[in-house]
Amino acid sequence: MTRTSAPPARRPRHNATQRRQNRAAYLFVAPFMLIFIAMLVVPLFYSGYLSFFQDRLIGGSTFVGFQNYVRALTDQGFIDGVLRMGGFLLVQVPIMLALALFIALAVDSGRVRGGKYVRLLVFVPYAVPGVLAALMWGYLYGNDFGPIAQTIRATGLDAPNLLSPDLILYSIMNVVTWGFVGYNMIIMYAALRSIPGELYEAAEIDGAGQFRIAWSIKIPAIRPAILLTVIFSIIGTFQLFAEPSLFDAIAPNAISDSYTPNYYAYNLAFVNQNINYAAAIAFILGIVIMIVSYVVQLSTQRRERLS
Amino acid sequence: MRRVVPRTAKMLGASAVAAALLLTGCTASDGGGGGGNQAPASQDEIDEALSTPTKLTFWTWVPDIQNEVDLFEAEYPEIDVEVVNVGQGAPHYQKIRTAIEAGEGAPDVVQMEYQYINSFALTESLLDLAPYGADELEGDYVDWVWNQVSKDGAVYGIPQDVGPMGNLYREDILAKAGITEAPATWEEYATAAEAVKSATGSYITNFAPNQAGQVIGLLWQAGEKPFSYDGDQTVGVNVNSDRAKEVMAYWQDLVQRDLVSIDPDFTDQWYQGLASGKYAGWLTAAWGPVFLQGTAGETSGLWRAAELPQYAEGESVSGNWGGSSDAVLASTENPIAAYELAKWINNDKASTLKFATEQFLFPPQNDVLEDPAFVDQEAEFYGGQKVNQLFSEISGTVDSDFDWLPYMDYAYSSFEDSIGKAIAEKGDLSAGLDEWQDLLTTYATDQGFTVE
Repeated sequence: MTRTSAPPARRPRHNATQRRQNRAAYLFVAPFMLIFIAMLVVPLFYSGYLSFFQDRLIGGSTFVGFQNYVRALTDQGFIDGVLRMGGFLLVQVPIMLALALFIALAVDSGRVRGGKYVRLLVFVPYAVPGVLAALMWGYLYGNDFGPIAQTIRATGLDAPNLLSPDLILYSIMNVVTWGFVGYNMIIMYAALRSIPGELYEAAEIDGAGQFRIAWSIKIPAIRPAILLTVIFSIIGTFQLFAEPSLFDAIAPNAISDSYTPNYYAYNLAFVNQNINYAAAIAFILGIVIMIVSYVVQLSTQRRERLS
Repeated sequence: MRRVVPRTAKMLGASAVAAALLLTGCTASDGGGGGGNQAPASQDEIDEALSTPTKLTFWTWVPDIQNEVDLFEAEYPEIDVEVVNVGQGAPHYQKIRTAIEAGEGAPDVVQMEYQYINSFALTESLLDLAPYGADELEGDYVDWVWNQVSKDGAVYGIPQDVGPMGNLYREDILAKAGITEAPATWEEYATAAEAVKSATGSYITNFAPNQAGQVIGLLWQAGEKPFSYDGDQTVGVNVNSDRAKEVMAYWQDLVQRDLVSIDPDFTDQWYQGLASGKYAGWLTAAWGPVFLQGTAGETSGLWRAAELPQYAEGESVSGNWGGSSDAVLASTENPIAAYELAKWINNDKASTLKFATEQFLFPPQNDVLEDPAFVDQEAEFYGGQKVNQLFSEISGTVDSDFDWLPYMDYAYSSFEDSIGKAIAEKGDLSAGLDEWQDLLTTYATDQGFTVE
């Protein structure tokens, strides 16, 4: 009863507080929104607008409707790039996330000596700038002077050229894995830390070992975090750009213009001077990423509902 | 801490506004071009322009070019030149195009490689320098170089350096294979390649699958004219002619017999190869000798220079690879002063000799090519050989008539994905040329050109 009678008296004061709080909230998000709108939303619309035009060196700019999109969907270079990244996703992402999960669980179990340092060590590659990483791996992969090839040769075997067209995709997978295991591990580790300790106690009383705890408690508990890393990885993979663009300098014939969709869009815009078509490619790539991410999310949700 | 937040917010807000302004600037631009005073400049006007305080911006990557600019500023104290390095090669041109497109922020004078002139002339971004007096400079430069910067009476740049091609080789390695003189013909070169490989394990040279410039230079030597552009809407693409295929068949043979290596050039692997003797030679341009000294310093004294092997005995023909000019953008507000800068540093003897003897740019100016201070320089790295003299002679043997497509960025990048790929895979170079031809003509048609 007191509940129903109280509000009339409290409401004005409450409203004023609320309004003040709202205003503060808007003020806090304003800097972000400004940047977000100026740097992302406006350019997005602008490039959407551009993608409906064709600007030729001879003849200038004309409206062409969906022609750029139709062209992209029949462009072998673009399709190959998307498929290549699809393959990359299927091979590299499971390896990377399994490694990240394993390390996160190991560090979280508290049974690793110097867990703090392990965490840092695994994370460090993520902090190494891409250009440095490419220089370093370019040296490591080098066929005549690289330590990998030299080691293999020292054992009397023929060293494969890790920068050849056949192998470079795997070489890139290795670099990406090296760079992002730590990042994903941190996300998973943070999620692991938030699991209430009583669950472990209960499990131990029930006689569960560390592996059983990891499998039956920890992994299910951090499923949302794992899903997050999966989605991040999907986006990151389809947008792969830095590694191929840097490796293009040391293995120019192994990395084609359209090696990855994002690299293709860049080359179209800045080498071929075809900004409009590049915009269309970028939009289609965005749609592909949305679809794949959505399908993954949907399938895991369904599995959750079933179980 | 409390004070920091609003300031950051304000700063971020300001940059957002700036970005929005930039964006509207982009959409409102009309693509630049045109402009510029096309009427001939009289001596009075030139004097006036050079004695009026003026600020010029000069985008260039040439190391230490400030030295020559300083000489210019000492000569004309009223002109203040700001030298800016925005990158070399593709990034440089991308930034120029972006600045022209944006309608502001473009420099007055730019470094411009010969093969890119057509692509900027197409968009009318370059000032025709002939009315400003450049047409009178023709006699100062080597013929074939002048043809690179002029078209139908218009002059689009003042030549700064060039790269007539020659053959740098390791005398010691060739001697081990019983070869005492540089191969004079391509036939001898192939025989020598075999001897060198079996006697020493070295490759006589590297044939880089990513280096369109070198391959085009070799086609140039073979008398091929793979590209043409009429200055308007018509281009000619002929990279898969019978002659071009003959030349590539020669290289395919060497590549497939593993007598030449196929490492991408200007990479760590390649630098190592030059220094370690993996390659016993380098078919390069006149800028190569000094570059090599910096790369393979430990092999000093072992190298020699010679002209390129020839297609027929007794001939002396070469091609060109690289080099650049200084051009004036049509959007400049000070065309006379900008032209005088481009001209002076590449025409005044004090400046051009400095380029040639201190920065080791290979000169296109007749008077420098004949100057003892330049040609009589003895290079220790090459066992005391007068390398400059050799390349000065080679410069006179470059075929004088060689044109470019108005879209060389794409021509180079598509080279890597077609013929270059064929080289890297030790495959069919003839098919690679056909593929390159296809890519180049398709691009031309897509961009609205008429293909001859």
